[in-house]
Amino acid sequence: MIIRGNAHVFGNDIDTDVIIPARYLNTFDHDELAKHAMEGVEADFYKKVTKGDIIVGGSNFGSGSSREHAPIAIMATGISLVIARSFARIFYRNAFNIGLPLLEVNEDIDSIKTGTPLEVNLDTGLIKELLTNKVYNAAPIPEFMQELLRAGGLMNYMEKKGH
Amino acid sequence: MGMTITEKILAQHAGVQHVEPGQLIMAGVDLALGNDVTAPIAIDEFKRHGGKEVFDKSRVVLVPDHFAPNKDIKSAVQCKILRDFAKEKGIENYFELGNMGIEHALLPETGLVAPGDLIIGADSHTCTYGAVGAFSTGVGSTDLAAAMISGKAWFKVPPSIKFVYHSSKKGKLKSWVYGKDVILFTIGEIGVDGALYKAMEFTGDVIDAMNMSERFTMCNMVIEAGGKNGIVVPDTTTVNYVNQRVKRAYTVFTSDADARYEHVYEYDLSNLKPQVAFPHLPENTKNIDEVGRIDIDQAFVGSCTNGWIEDLRIAASIVKGRKVNSNLRMIVIPATPQIYRQALKEGLIETFVDAGAVFSIPTCGPCLGGHMGVLAPGERAVATTNRNFKGRMGDLKSEVYLANPAVVAASAVLGRIGSPEELGIKG
Repeated sequence: MIIRGNAHVFGNDIDTDVIIPARYLNTFDHDELAKHAMEGVEADFYKKVTKGDIIVGGSNFGSGSSREHAPIAIMATGISLVIARSFARIFYRNAFNIGLPLLEVNEDIDSIKTGTPLEVNLDTGLIKELLTNKVYNAAPIPEFMQELLRAGGLMNYMEKKGH
Repeated sequence: MGMTITEKILAQHAGVQHVEPGQLIMAGVDLALGNDVTAPIAIDEFKRHGGKEVFDKSRVVLVPDHFAPNKDIKSAVQCKILRDFAKEKGIENYFELGNMGIEHALLPETGLVAPGDLIIGADSHTCTYGAVGAFSTGVGSTDLAAAMISGKAWFKVPPSIKFVYHSSKKGKLKSWVYGKDVILFTIGEIGVDGALYKAMEFTGDVIDAMNMSERFTMCNMVIEAGGKNGIVVPDTTTVNYVNQRVKRAYTVFTSDADARYEHVYEYDLSNLKPQVAFPHLPENTKNIDEVGRIDIDQAFVGSCTNGWIEDLRIAASIVKGRKVNSNLRMIVIPATPQIYRQALKEGLIETFVDAGAVFSIPTCGPCLGGHMGVLAPGERAVATTNRNFKGRMGDLKSEVYLANPAVVAASAVLGRIGSPEELGIKG
């Protein structure tokens, strides 16, 4: 699967409190959560996202709380993929459980700037900067996570497998 | 090749003889937990996917602790979703106000978690129960929904890291130094992603000498190093604690002598000083004597990290006969109704109130900036909580410093971050 979108770049240790501050956790309305996505680091982030865009984070993206509101809020803004050096583990499983793909890149991705158009092959993990043709290799999405994505998230997967 | 306690518990619950780090398993859970923030999403998923009954009415636990007593109408709706669902499905362990406490103190206290259990909770601090020798980890709402239906969850078996803590005084730490300082020190050493996806196993004479509340505090904060679970192999301290509470059979697992650890960290903590984590990451730790002058607006003792009766006793011993500094507010929140009652019995509440602190009903409260002590722009808090992320306790321009209950109480009197020694109190 090929994803094309513009990059929105964030740094290291983007925690779930900045992705969606706790004061907005008194609801799980997706549109409402989208309005506050990334508010701790960038106000009105949702207004800057075009459907299909890609978040590029540093290391330990999504650290902290287990709130699924974090990947829900990101997805609800129209973001189609998050690329980072590493992800915190609960955020990682939450994202795949709800069908938001993540790619871990063990390469220097610091040159990617906000606004850079990217093309990403989710099957191979190849990331291309469209203006410069510069490429990066992400670790391929593990087989089980691909199954979750194909099923459309954990609930559908469990149903399909008869668990 | 032997297995660690973490691997043994996972293998048993997956119905296999042996597991390896990195292996993906589908395992049965002994307990699935949710709160008023995370469970409403899980309940919504449960219903949307045709969930009829929960897999076991005695093994689903719902605790409205984050924004309860309802802080606003939206929170009231969330709490009502839990209440209605619990009633409808006959869930035995739903904790209504009066019995409600902070989930991670409430579950051990009421005997719901036992050694050898596999527990998932839609709350990142579910890792707390590793202190009783259980595999316990935080997951999301969808995981909770799937587990409520199937009784199962998927896991990647984590590699284990062993921490060995020594002190030359038979495991005793210096005065005013506790499990909180050991875990803050550890996070300072390995960083906020130092244990990413990994099991943190705590050992050594310092752990042996620790009471359960300190072990809970340590396991509670493994997520702050990115850890999947924290765990202490049960000993007589553990068994004495659980036998007074747990009403069912349980299995004590231990780590094999030839178990494989990705890394072993050894620390001599004989001279460890109280630790303070500076904004905005728990890894930004300093020794108390390196803090400098940090004036504060709020001192908070409470949360799933340090809302135990032992923590309240420590804080009360410091403010007793003293006054909270007129430049700040001190807020004390016991983690559970039982701790509340015990504090009442021991006269701790009177001590706090006499000192000019406020003592509140059990709730997560200000820890996550929910209610009952939210910070204004530019304000600073010193707190016994677990996270000091940007905006965690309120406005994005506020700051949180993490410390143990003795330091927080001393700071409340001093008006700035400091130690009980500065008040001339001997430990």
